Amino acid sequence: MKSSGNVITMHRKRRFDTWDVLIHLSLIIASLVCLLPFLHVAAKSLSSDAFVIANKVFLLPRGFTFEAYGKIFADASILRSLYVSVIVTVVFTLLGMIITICAAYPLSRKQLKGRTALTMIFMITLYFSGGIIPEYMLMNQLGMLDTLWALILPQAFSAFNFLIMKTAISSSIPVSLEESARIDGAGHFRILWSIVLPLSKPIIATLSLFYAVGRWNAYQDALFYIKQAVELRPLQLKLYYLVIQASESFQLEATQVQLSNPEVLKASCVVFATLPILCIYPFIQKYFVQGVLLGAVKE
Amino acid sequence: MLLIPIAFVLVFKYAPMSGLVLAFKDYKIAHGVWGSEWVGLEVFRELFAKHDFGRAVRNTLLLNCLDLVFSFTMPIVLALLLNEVRNLRFKRINQTLLYLPHFLSWIIIGAIAYQLLSEGSGVVNNVIAMMGGNRVPFLQEDFNWLISYLAIGVWQSMGWGTIIYLAAISGINPELYEAATVDGAGRWRKVWNVSLPSIRTTIVTLLIMNLGRVMEGSFERIYALQNKATTEFTTTIPVLVYRWGIEGGNFSRATALGLFQSLIGIMLVLMADRIAKKLGEDGLL
Repeated sequence: MKSSGNVITMHRKRRFDTWDVLIHLSLIIASLVCLLPFLHVAAKSLSSDAFVIANKVFLLPRGFTFEAYGKIFADASILRSLYVSVIVTVVFTLLGMIITICAAYPLSRKQLKGRTALTMIFMITLYFSGGIIPEYMLMNQLGMLDTLWALILPQAFSAFNFLIMKTAISSSIPVSLEESARIDGAGHFRILWSIVLPLSKPIIATLSLFYAVGRWNAYQDALFYIKQAVELRPLQLKLYYLVIQASESFQLEATQVQLSNPEVLKASCVVFATLPILCIYPFIQKYFVQGVLLGAVKE
Repeated sequence: MLLIPIAFVLVFKYAPMSGLVLAFKDYKIAHGVWGSEWVGLEVFRELFAKHDFGRAVRNTLLLNCLDLVFSFTMPIVLALLLNEVRNLRFKRINQTLLYLPHFLSWIIIGAIAYQLLSEGSGVVNNVIAMMGGNRVPFLQEDFNWLISYLAIGVWQSMGWGTIIYLAAISGINPELYEAATVDGAGRWRKVWNVSLPSIRTTIVTLLIMNLGRVMEGSFERIYALQNKATTEFTTTIPVLVYRWGIEGGNFSRATALGLFQSLIGIMLVLMADRIAKKLGEDGLL
């Protein structure tokens, strides 16, 4: 990006022309389209009910109040689902990375026999799966319905992440390095632990984030598998019932239904659920971009 | 060491595949998967006769093809626009904002969409009403829903999709631009005759890959945006599988539908791979 940009700049030292203005303008509009919805919802969440009911809130809060957030933090079930989401995401990411590394490291080494066949076993899952119902039946048979294991185990192996990891290991770690370690008497695990893992730190960070953000955002499997155990709903599913289906009322609201306007509460729930992602977004963005580019190499 | 992932894949990916036999059986809970009676293709015959089946296939194809028209082209346009920006900080800020929607769950996007677009209290309708227009039921009427669905898809993916194109553009040999300048090419000529042809292979590869996926459908995206007023276009294959199978308990029919989808999907992917290889690309497999 940089090099070509600079060269172009050097070769046409014209001033800003009409086209430049138009290009910048359309980009600004596109960016605003991405930003303004959040600002509006955030403004709504901080406004008082009267202004929201009168449809008077646009981009700035009117009648500033934290009341709605107070209600969220007083609602034990929302905090509980946040806790569930955090636990599931952490365990899922750790397990996913362990499995991915265990599969990618041996298969990235050329001396392993039957490498192609084994890789095929993993790659087929990228294109073909049993589908929603057989997977549901399996969870049922294993007795994992309405447990957190149903959210952790089935998706823990991702063929896509495996592929990226394998490519990254085989391209970034020279065979000679491994061989010299072997001559020095290092075993497989020692090589993995002292050479491969430290050298693959960037890719491990990227893939962990893929796993974590994917897990955090998904709700389909929770919708399927967590039916009776209301207290095990992760945050996204909770949000689904609360905001989109609106089938579930806020726990505190039971006493003051007439007084409060769910719109403000809904808005603050959205902000509450978005904040964790927004907080880490600036830091994880570059890892994601790297991951996309690595994935594209194979594609 | 390899045993852990292999065991995992066997249990959680391959074991469900054996469950596909349900599609050829008349499943009764009392008899279990293996005890239920074989019925051959009876379930499929029943499935194809269903009115909802035709509708789901049509909707899946329709939504994905329209997505391909809009969500696929927008990142190309944006990438070309971003490439014309010389101020790196401006470019950075724009990219950060444009990538943001990609990181949000469909639930949050759906919730924001309702906050913005609902007929009675959505801010977009408030603005329309303020300017003297009529309120539009963006999400509560079939055809409007379709348009909103597509627009939200574009919104979510337009920034993120630029990454691959920007990388491809940055790989273009600067001498091509210099030569074009010497030949007196203006800005648009350079975009049209240098930038675009240089990323053509990337575009073609991605297009073929996406064509291979037109039978898939995002359950999460539709489910977060649907409501009772808009069943005409929201009935897609995954939604129907969920409704028939997990909500309705008709496991055989739902499995058959899922299997039908995967088989067509695999065929499309293989075809896409073939075409890609014919065109001299790397192929996908």
